[in-house]
Amino acid sequence: MAAPKKSAAQAAGNGSRSLSPPEFTREQELHALRDMLLIRRFEEKAGQLYGMGAIGGFCHLYIGQEAIVVGMQMALKDGDQVITGYRDHGHMLACGMDAKGVMAELTGRRGGYSKGKGGSMHMFSMEKNFFGGHGIVGAQVSLGTGLAFANRYRGNDNVSLAYFGDGASNQGQVYESFNMAELWKLPVIYIIENNRYAMGTSVTRSSAQTDFSKRGVSFNIPGEQVDGMDVRAVKAAGDKAVKWCREGNGPFILEMQTYRYRGHSMSDPAKYRTREEVDKVRHDSDPIEQVRNRLLAAKVTEDELKKIDAGVREIVNAAADFAQNDPEPDVSELYTDIYR
Amino acid sequence: MPIQVLMPALSPTMEKGNLAKWLKKEGETIKSGDVIAEIETDKATMEVEATDEGTLGKILVPEGTADVAVNTPIAVILADGEDASAAAAAPKAPPPAAKAAPAEAKSQAQSEDKEAHARAEAEEGKSKAPAAPQAVAEADPEVPAGTEMVTMTIREALRDAMAEEMRRDGDIFLMGEEVAEYQGAYKVSQGLLEEFGARRVIDTPITEHGFAGVGVGAAMAGLKPIVEFMTFNFAMQAIDQIINSAAKTLYMSGGQMGCSIVFRGPNGAAARVAAQHSQDYSAWYSQIPGLKVIAPYSAADYKGLLKAAIRDPNPVIFLENEILYGHTGPVPKLADYVLPIGKARIARAGSHVTLIAWSNGMTYALKAAEELAKEGIEAEVVDLRTLRPMDTESIVASVQKTGRAVVVEEGWQQSGVGAEVAARLMEHAFDYLDAPVARVSGKDVPMPYAANLEKLALPSVAEVVEAAKAVCYR
Repeated sequence: MAAPKKSAAQAAGNGSRSLSPPEFTREQELHALRDMLLIRRFEEKAGQLYGMGAIGGFCHLYIGQEAIVVGMQMALKDGDQVITGYRDHGHMLACGMDAKGVMAELTGRRGGYSKGKGGSMHMFSMEKNFFGGHGIVGAQVSLGTGLAFANRYRGNDNVSLAYFGDGASNQGQVYESFNMAELWKLPVIYIIENNRYAMGTSVTRSSAQTDFSKRGVSFNIPGEQVDGMDVRAVKAAGDKAVKWCREGNGPFILEMQTYRYRGHSMSDPAKYRTREEVDKVRHDSDPIEQVRNRLLAAKVTEDELKKIDAGVREIVNAAADFAQNDPEPDVSELYTDIYR
Repeated sequence: MPIQVLMPALSPTMEKGNLAKWLKKEGETIKSGDVIAEIETDKATMEVEATDEGTLGKILVPEGTADVAVNTPIAVILADGEDASAAAAAPKAPPPAAKAAPAEAKSQAQSEDKEAHARAEAEEGKSKAPAAPQAVAEADPEVPAGTEMVTMTIREALRDAMAEEMRRDGDIFLMGEEVAEYQGAYKVSQGLLEEFGARRVIDTPITEHGFAGVGVGAAMAGLKPIVEFMTFNFAMQAIDQIINSAAKTLYMSGGQMGCSIVFRGPNGAAARVAAQHSQDYSAWYSQIPGLKVIAPYSAADYKGLLKAAIRDPNPVIFLENEILYGHTGPVPKLADYVLPIGKARIARAGSHVTLIAWSNGMTYALKAAEELAKEGIEAEVVDLRTLRPMDTESIVASVQKTGRAVVVEEGWQQSGVGAEVAARLMEHAFDYLDAPVARVSGKDVPMPYAANLEKLALPSVAEVVEAAKAVCYR
C-alpha cells in the first residue's frame, strides 16, 4: 500500500497530548462510570479473596487504570480484537466477559473461563474476541500483530488492540512487531499502558526514551500520549487511532499515562514509591472520581450513583460467591485440551 | 453487620505472618484504600489496605503479635450506625494456629463450608492422577496397486505438499525469511510465489521471535500459517512463542482457543557449518505437551506427513534435514497422499536386532543394516517418523520380535530422544530384552568445524554396526 508515510505520521500524531477531550453525553458518562466501577469493585474483591487464600499464585490488579480499557472499548466495533498481558481482569470485563467466569477462573474452578486451568493470567473468550491473557511480558505484542495480520489477510476492516505496559515496551519482539506492522500496514493499535513502574523499576530507571508515544518513530508509526486517567481522552484518542487503522494506514501507538494504585502483584510490598505519591494520584486524578464529579455537577443525584454502585457490588458479590462455591475442575480434566 | 478484617495472604506461599504495626486506632474512620496495618511476611513488610468503609471498631490481634495464621480475624470494622457493642458481638477470633475457615459473615461462613466440602471431595478424587490417554496411531493408508510412483527430491516433495494444501484451503499461507522472491533459502518454496502471490507467500524480515509470534497470533485468529525457519537453529530466538504461546494456549484456555500452525525448516547438522548452525532440536520440542513433532526420512513420508501437519489443528514442529533435501525417493502419484501423524514405519524387516532412528539417523541405520546382513545379522529398521506422539507400540512390537535394540540419533545423548526410547522399552518390553538398549548418538560436544572432527562428532555406520553386534553379543 502506498501511504504517504512521513506526512501521514505527522498528521496523525506528533507525540503531543490533546488539550481538552470532547465531552461525553450523559449516557456515555454513566456507561463509563458503571464499567469502571465494575472493574474497581471486582479487583477489590479479587484482592480480598487473594488475602483469604481463595485465589492462588500471582494476581495483578488493575485498580487505577480502569479508564483505559473502558474508553478504548467505547471506540471499537464488533469483530475488533483485544489482547493483553497478565494484568488482564479489567480488559476482560470491559470486553463484556462475565464476572462470574472471570472470578471462578481466579479461584481455579470449573466454571472459570478456562475451566480453572489457566488462572488469572491466562483467560480467553472467542465469543467476545478477547485473545488473552498472556503471562510472558511482551508476547502479546507479536500475537496481537498476528491478529491484525489475519484481519488484513481476510480483507475485513477490523482492528486489533494489543495492550502492554511500559515494562514490556523494552522487549525486543515489540520492535520486531512494530517493523512488520508498519511494513505490511497492519491494523493494530499498540496501547502502552504507562503506569510508571515495571514491577519495581520506574520508567526513568529502565527506559532511555520515556516518551513511549515516540517508540514507533524509527518505523514511521504515529503515536500519541494520552491522559489515561480521563476516560473521555482515552475514547477520543481511541476513535482517532481506530479510524487510522480501519482506513488501512497501518498501526498506531497510544501511550496511556496512568498509574496503578496497588503493588505489581499481590505479593509486592511496593517500597519503590512513597505512600504520598499513590495518595496524590488517587486524590487528584482518579478516573472514577472524575466521572462521578462531572455527573454530580450535571445534577445526577448521589442516589442514582449509589444505585449504580449497588448494582455493580451485586454483580461482584455474586461472582465471588460463585467463584468460591463452584467445584474445582474434575480430575478427568487433567489430560483434556492438550490437543484437539 | 460488623465486618471482620482477616489476616491476609500476601504471597503465593504465605501461611502466617507477624502483625507488625497498626496504623489506625480503634474508633478511627476508615476509607477503602486506607492503609490500616503493616504485616511482615517471610519476604517483606507489606501494607494492608482496607477494602471496606466504616470505623475501626476493635483490634483483635495487637501489634507485635508473631505468627498470625492467614485468615485469622485481626480487627472489626463497623459500618455507619454500628457501635462497639456490635464488635463485641462479632465471633471470637480462633487461636492463631488454627487453620479454620474464617467466619466473616454468615453467608461467607456457609460458602466457606461448601468450599471446604468441595475441596475435601476433590481431594479424595485427586489423590490419584487419572491415567494418561494413550495415543493410538492409525495405519498408513493403502496405496492402491498399480499406483504410479514418481521419483522426486525431498525438496520437491515438500514443495508439492505445501502447494497442494494451499490450493485446497485459502487460509493456509507460508511465511519466513526468503521464502518468496528468493524461492527459499534451500529452494524448498520454489514456484510458490508465482502460483499463490505475495499475499500468501510472505517474505519476512530477519526477525524470528517476531514473526513466530505473528504467525501464532494469525493462527489464534483462525488462519493456518506455515512458518518456515531458515534453520531450526534460528528458531531458538522464537522458542518462547512456540512453547509458551502455541503449545500451551489450548490447555490454558480450557479448550477454547488453539492454533493450527506448522513450524518447519531444516534441523540438525548440515555440513561444515559448525556449532551454532548444527544442532538437533528433536529432544527439545518432543518434550512439550501440546506440540506434535515430526521428523521424516523418506521423500514419500516428507510429502504425506507435511500434508498431515498442515491439516492438523494443533501446532506441529516439522523437522527437516538439509543433507536430505537433495535425496530422491519414490512418492505415490495420488491426488491426496496424507499419512497419519504418530505412526512409525518398518523400513526394513529383520529378526535379530531392532535399529530405531528418524530423519537423517535413518541413513546410518539403513547402511548399517546392509553391513550387518553381510555378517548374517538381520536388522529390523524402524523409522519413527513422528517423535511426539511417539509410536511406542511399533517399537515394542519390533523388540518383542528381536529382543535387542539400538537407537540412532544425531542429537546429544543426555535427555535425548534415544534416552526416551530406551526408557519406554524398559517400561514396556523389559521381559523381552536380551541385552541393554544401546544408543549411538552425536558426541557430547558442540559441533566442531574441522572436517575430521565433525565426522567424529556425528554417529557413523561403523558405530551402529558395532553397537548392533554388541547387543547381539557378537
